[in-house]
Amino acid sequence: MSEARPPGAPRSLAARGEALAAPARQLEMLARVPLAREFDEALQPADLWPLRPTKIEIFQINVGKLCNQVCRHCHVDAGPDRRELMTRETMEECVRALAATDIPTVDITGGAPELNPHFRWLVEQCTALGRHVMDRCNLTVLELTSQRGLAEFLAAHRVEVVCSLPHYRALNTDRQRGEGVFEQSIAALKRLNALGYGDGRSGLKLALVTNPVGAFLPGTQASLEAEWKRELKRNHGIVFDALYTITNMPISRFLEWLDSSGNLEDYLTRLVNSFNPAAARGVMCRNTISVGWDGRLYDCDFNQMLDLTVEESAPMHIRDFDRARLEARSIVVGRHCFGCTAGAGSSCGGATEK
Amino acid sequence: MSDHDHYYHPKDLAKFGEVGKNRPELAQKFFDWYGAVFADGALSAREKSLIALAVAHAVQCPYCIDAYSKDALEKGSDLDQMTEAVHVAAAIRGGASLVHGVQMRNHAGKLGM
Repeated sequence: MSEARPPGAPRSLAARGEALAAPARQLEMLARVPLAREFDEALQPADLWPLRPTKIEIFQINVGKLCNQVCRHCHVDAGPDRRELMTRETMEECVRALAATDIPTVDITGGAPELNPHFRWLVEQCTALGRHVMDRCNLTVLELTSQRGLAEFLAAHRVEVVCSLPHYRALNTDRQRGEGVFEQSIAALKRLNALGYGDGRSGLKLALVTNPVGAFLPGTQASLEAEWKRELKRNHGIVFDALYTITNMPISRFLEWLDSSGNLEDYLTRLVNSFNPAAARGVMCRNTISVGWDGRLYDCDFNQMLDLTVEESAPMHIRDFDRARLEARSIVVGRHCFGCTAGAGSSCGGATEK
Repeated sequence: MSDHDHYYHPKDLAKFGEVGKNRPELAQKFFDWYGAVFADGALSAREKSLIALAVAHAVQCPYCIDAYSKDALEKGSDLDQMTEAVHVAAAIRGGASLVHGVQMRNHAGKLGM
């Protein structure tokens, strides 16, 4: 796959110099929408206010905003023009923090995390500590000439690959993620399958992630998973282990689209009206700590993109990591959080209602 | 223009439950049955949603078209699949008219010389 970008290709909010690239502007836009209630008011009757962590089980590291794609719904505002990348020194601080705990899972995300030049080093360190490593992969990165051998590396280190594929057909996949992405994604999935990923026997777990291609909520995860498995097998001979449904968060580029398409108020209202206390109990910020590319700590990747760091009483940088103090914090919430509690709920691991 | 200048109003879709304000026991039977009909079964919820979308076009119910356009997307259908479903409805409607041409031919055959 060529790494040159065609003229006129979509660009990030930051590259376009849009005011909405600033998290403060995004929060202002959300605050202007008339809503029936605020997120804390929704949590109170469910006895979840203030929202507290349960136990940190997932150490999520966002290694940067660089990506080879410019998806229309991206909450990171990632793209080829972004240069924010986690340094080796910050990664070393992550590994030190991790080594001092028994947190079982490391979730590496971006951007396209594999494009960070130290990605493979980080994976090697985490697996050497005996931790389960997940790579949030956009699939097309596996087809880049600069990333030759990446799939084999992931397999050799038993990394769980969590891939974005909004639909099992080209139409909606390319509409959300860019022209030609579906074809490249299918090629990448076949490459992973050839290594044993998703076959149910090798232990190499392959999960797919679907976000709605528009201003609506995802369908039932189990039902969609059955469809995705049947159709990808039938049409392309592809197998995988699990499908995660994720609701689009009303921030960054998806927020821009909601506003420009006239869907913002209706979408937020839908999220608020679909608040599900059972889904709220399982939100990922309760068992996750999120590390930004510069080492700052957040309750989740969405708060990270909104510059909402963990509350000030907790350690705010990975160099000061203290699990007990972090587990004693209150989680910072806002209107965007309705995105994780609507319907069956949404997290990096899919629906949260158990 | 007031809300009552049209027979159909988009906001009325959200008031569907209000039909249960009188004889709620009848409405409850309907909504229970309706929910059960659309659950995953021998047909998937997505397939049932596409059937509903097609029928909505056949009966030309704007509420149903609104509801099942959104539902079909949420259930994982794309615009190609939804368009094909509408063509199925249109083909059956068109075919249903055209096949009555046989009756026309029977009558004409009997009456004509």
